[in-house]
Amino acid sequence: MSAASQPLNPPVRVSRSQRNAIWTGAGALIVVLVLAYLPYIVYSGTTGILVQGLIVLTLASMWNLLAGYAGLVSVGQQAFVGLGAYFVLILALHGIEPIVALPVAAIGSGVVALPLWWLVSRLRSGYFAIATWVLAATIMLVIEKFSSIGGGTGMPLPGFAGLAPTLLSAYTYWAALAVTVVSLGGIYLLLRSRLGLVLTAIRDDETAARSSGARVGLARLLVFVVAGAGCGAGGAVLAISQLQVQPSAVFSVQWTAEMAFAAIIGGLGTIEGPIIGTVLYMVLQQTLASYNAWYLIILGLVAIAVALFARRGIWGLVDDKLGIRLFPVGYYLWPPGENPRGLLGVRRPVRG
Amino acid sequence: MLWSFVIVVPVMAALGYVLQRTLIQGALDRGVLTTLIVTFGLSTVIENGLLQFFSANTRGIGSGLGLVTDSFSLGSQIQIGYLPVIIFAVAVAVLLGLQYFLSSSKYGRLIRAVADDSEAAQLSGADYRHVFGIAAALAFGTVALGGLAYGLSDQFDPTAGTDTILLFAFAAVVIGGLGSLWGTLLGGVVLGVAQAVGYQFFTDEVTGGYLVFLAVLVLRPQGLTSRRART
Repeated sequence: MSAASQPLNPPVRVSRSQRNAIWTGAGALIVVLVLAYLPYIVYSGTTGILVQGLIVLTLASMWNLLAGYAGLVSVGQQAFVGLGAYFVLILALHGIEPIVALPVAAIGSGVVALPLWWLVSRLRSGYFAIATWVLAATIMLVIEKFSSIGGGTGMPLPGFAGLAPTLLSAYTYWAALAVTVVSLGGIYLLLRSRLGLVLTAIRDDETAARSSGARVGLARLLVFVVAGAGCGAGGAVLAISQLQVQPSAVFSVQWTAEMAFAAIIGGLGTIEGPIIGTVLYMVLQQTLASYNAWYLIILGLVAIAVALFARRGIWGLVDDKLGIRLFPVGYYLWPPGENPRGLLGVRRPVRG
Repeated sequence: MLWSFVIVVPVMAALGYVLQRTLIQGALDRGVLTTLIVTFGLSTVIENGLLQFFSANTRGIGSGLGLVTDSFSLGSQIQIGYLPVIIFAVAVAVLLGLQYFLSSSKYGRLIRAVADDSEAAQLSGADYRHVFGIAAALAFGTVALGGLAYGLSDQFDPTAGTDTILLFAFAAVVIGGLGSLWGTLLGGVVLGVAQAVGYQFFTDEVTGGYLVFLAVLVLRPQGLTSRRART
């Protein structure tokens, strides 16, 4: 009681970030600019692989927001991947260009997430996970009933006739890059907001967050909607990059496996984790692609090992060693007499 | 073929005990999220392992058995296969056995005690890890029996477990009510009837069942039998 009323002397400094935030911000800008320039200097095969990677990165970041922050383990995020793809297909069939349809598909998927949340939020943890899976299966079955959008076999995506293949692959790549940048930027700003504070509190201790008056239910609803929109955008990019929408492919549970494993291996509960996880995932996929099912077996084993022995993933290990944050979303508490300094956090502050 | 359960069920039960005592207990000690990740990872590893070693081909194990294909007539309109009747009888027998085991045996009491409050049970001298292992062995053995029944009555491939059976099983449990043995039987029957009736409208066996599942989730989230509201 008395400790709280006493003035702190000397005062403790609180800062949003370490000084390196400017440098990482500049670095991120340069990376995005270089990535945006790539279609002029590399073959479309390379940008094709990068499009896959950007889709996985978007999805993994969304899954990280769900599982890593809001504590919602969804095994049914493929529902939104599929919905995003089908939104693009339906709009394209009505003469709207797929690139223009992309943001509409994202918003549409987010809107659909609202009633779905109403259904699945009645269940907890494991039951929630499987319920989202059943929902995804049900949505696929319902969509398969409409033969006007291809029924059970799907159909090619119209709207790109007369476009040169190189131009098409460049457009696809830029669309994927834009979706990823908006997703990551959105998550970054979201986590820096008041909602982010609530989410970080839920991540660290749900009971304590509730008893401190955090509106856990509302925060989870918002995260579910944002993740629905993000995965919908990922699905829309998928449809544009494949030029074909097939229900069993876009609604495959494999999407959730990929996004979950990339997020888990990289490190849940940080923005940096899914980025590292996606890079590792793409490297594994490219090297093991000729061994069929092996890469998913290895990915599953690595995810199990990480979940058991390195719970904060690869980024967690980096963070423990160096104490750096590329995306500062928390607060740093500096003990008296110490100033924020050092690129690699020479003096590590108390993290809040 | 039919008698393979004499080997398969004990082996699976033993596997369940070992998995529970090692991997799953290790995950449980670290929290719900870890448990979900580890079990989801396991399912991916097993599914793709089967895919790698047994290919994606559809297979069946009942071929050539008269019991699997034969049926008897009930009146002039209705044909009933022997196999579904036997599977239903086995399901009821297994449920009776589980009910008796949980309510009357020493380990059954321990399982209920640990499920209610594992810390209190531990303080009273129960080794909750061993009890979890026994419960997992029971679950794996029962699932093995279910898997054998499915294999006899239907074709299957490596993804059959996660694509359909897991989701059906989950839907049956939610329809019946969580934590109720006989509710699960009722849920299974309701799901099966919904699938059969749904076939008339949707031309597939799955949609009708899921719609009933969603309806139960909306109208009666605690399930058909359970009186308690779910938390």
